[in-house]
Amino acid sequence: MSKAVFSLWHREIVRFLRDRSRLTGSLMQPVIFWVLFSGALNNSVQFGGMENYSEYFFSGTLAMITLFTAIFATITVIEDRKEGFLQGVLVSPVPRAAIALGKILGGATLGVGLAVIFLVLAPFAGISLELGNVLMGLGVLTLLAVAVTGLGFVLAWLMDSAAGYHGIMMLFLMPMLLLSGAFFPIEKAHWLISWIRHVNPMTYGVGALRHALHGEAQGCPTFAVCLIGTTVFAVATFSLGTYVVTRRSARDAA
Amino acid sequence: MTQPQAVAASGVQFAYGDRQALRGVDFEVDCGAAFGFLGPNGSGKSTLFKLLSTLVPLQRGAVSILGHSLALEAASIRRRIGVVFQSPAVDKKLTVQENLRYGGLMLGLGGAALHARVDACLDAAKLTDRRKDNVEELSGGLRRRVEIAKCLLSQPDLVLLDEASTGLDPAARREMWAVLRAQEGLTVLFTTHLMEEAAEADRLMLLDEGNVVAQGRPGELMEEVGGQVIEIESAAAQDLQVQLKSELSVEATLLDQTLRIDGESVHELVPAIMERCGDRVRRLQLAHPSLEDVFLQRTGKRFVVTAPEEPAKKRRRR
Repeated sequence: MSKAVFSLWHREIVRFLRDRSRLTGSLMQPVIFWVLFSGALNNSVQFGGMENYSEYFFSGTLAMITLFTAIFATITVIEDRKEGFLQGVLVSPVPRAAIALGKILGGATLGVGLAVIFLVLAPFAGISLELGNVLMGLGVLTLLAVAVTGLGFVLAWLMDSAAGYHGIMMLFLMPMLLLSGAFFPIEKAHWLISWIRHVNPMTYGVGALRHALHGEAQGCPTFAVCLIGTTVFAVATFSLGTYVVTRRSARDAA
Repeated sequence: MTQPQAVAASGVQFAYGDRQALRGVDFEVDCGAAFGFLGPNGSGKSTLFKLLSTLVPLQRGAVSILGHSLALEAASIRRRIGVVFQSPAVDKKLTVQENLRYGGLMLGLGGAALHARVDACLDAAKLTDRRKDNVEELSGGLRRRVEIAKCLLSQPDLVLLDEASTGLDPAARREMWAVLRAQEGLTVLFTTHLMEEAAEADRLMLLDEGNVVAQGRPGELMEEVGGQVIEIESAAAQDLQVQLKSELSVEATLLDQTLRIDGESVHELVPAIMERCGDRVRRLQLAHPSLEDVFLQRTGKRFVVTAPEEPAKKRRRR
């Protein structure tokens, strides 16, 4: 099974690196978001006890990179199904769980890889990178990347079209990011928004990143709670991904 | 001496929601044989293929593949079969060699064994000199050979092909079959809607609306129809049918603006038909019965193929 997982994981990386537009888009989109939002709001707002907005939004951008990379990585599940590649894997001796493992680990690796490249810009946001917080940040990023890629995998596995997946992404995943505190603090928001924030697993991922990179995160749950929340999120989506893929049904023929 | 069986199926039924795709199919395939499923769109052959390739679970009936129960031992079956789907299962963004390499890794191969197997399959499919090419740059025929090479990686005892030659020119189709025939002892199950390809099978099963309408050696099936067949195309087929009846006492069957007359020695009618009704005849063909005639005789319908068969749209996942 490990060779099958490696095969699927490696294929994800190779395909990503060969697709220049995807590579450029995945790297540049969050950078542009960060630069534009920071340029517009740096002198206007101060959130979470941080010096400026670029510092506050830095962790949010990292979370956004993992989420967007997960979305684009898992959309290949639908492409693979349409193009017939997935059928070939489903009738091979590979345990079906290997498909979930290979795809989720592949997408998560890409997410962490791109986030690490963005991390180099941390000093421009006034964040000093030290070995300790970088290692903690990488650990949190890995957990978060597995969690969101697992979520994307489950949604993509259940979807029939890429257009439908984009619709779900805008309806479901983007609000998750917006209501996580990645862009702006929401602890004093309307009670309903505040409640959603508490049940939103991205809140804990963004919070854990802030704790890891800044040493503190005003308005976020404690680091321990954020870590536990993100770990539960990762384990749950990873398990769900493995579950949906191991069910055999007439749908596999589609 | 009785041949050992590669596949034995009895009472196989399958439904997509409330639409019955297979209605009790029975057949047996000898080891080393090429067995074809022939049928028009919606006949159930692709559903049968998906069942046999373990892609969908068996709903009703019993199937044994290479001695393993399809219902209980799908994993054991997958280790011994190779599958080529109608839609390509190779990755177009990768090279020929990468596709085979990833395929080998999925089978648990590694190191020298993986290299050796990839080389052997490239050689078998005559793709050694194209190994570095991206699959998306290859012609349809070459892509099919990559599929065949990939499905041979596991050294399967049974290969399943779903409309694998659709879209291939005759030369590419012959090359594909040459690669498969060169594998000693390999059993091949294939679905097709091409008569000339079906005629190459050792045994053939004709399907219509989920039912088996005929089964046997292609030559024997055609001999069973017997005699000769005259087909006449006419712009006024109904009038011509009446004229043939009244003037020549010939009973012709009208199907889609084409009149059919079958029986022993019907060739003797041709001069009289042309003399009396020649002005109404657009085309007249005299031939021995084909597999299409077998289908027509058994179902009363013409064998019509329109677009490539699409899987039934699922209701909701179960």
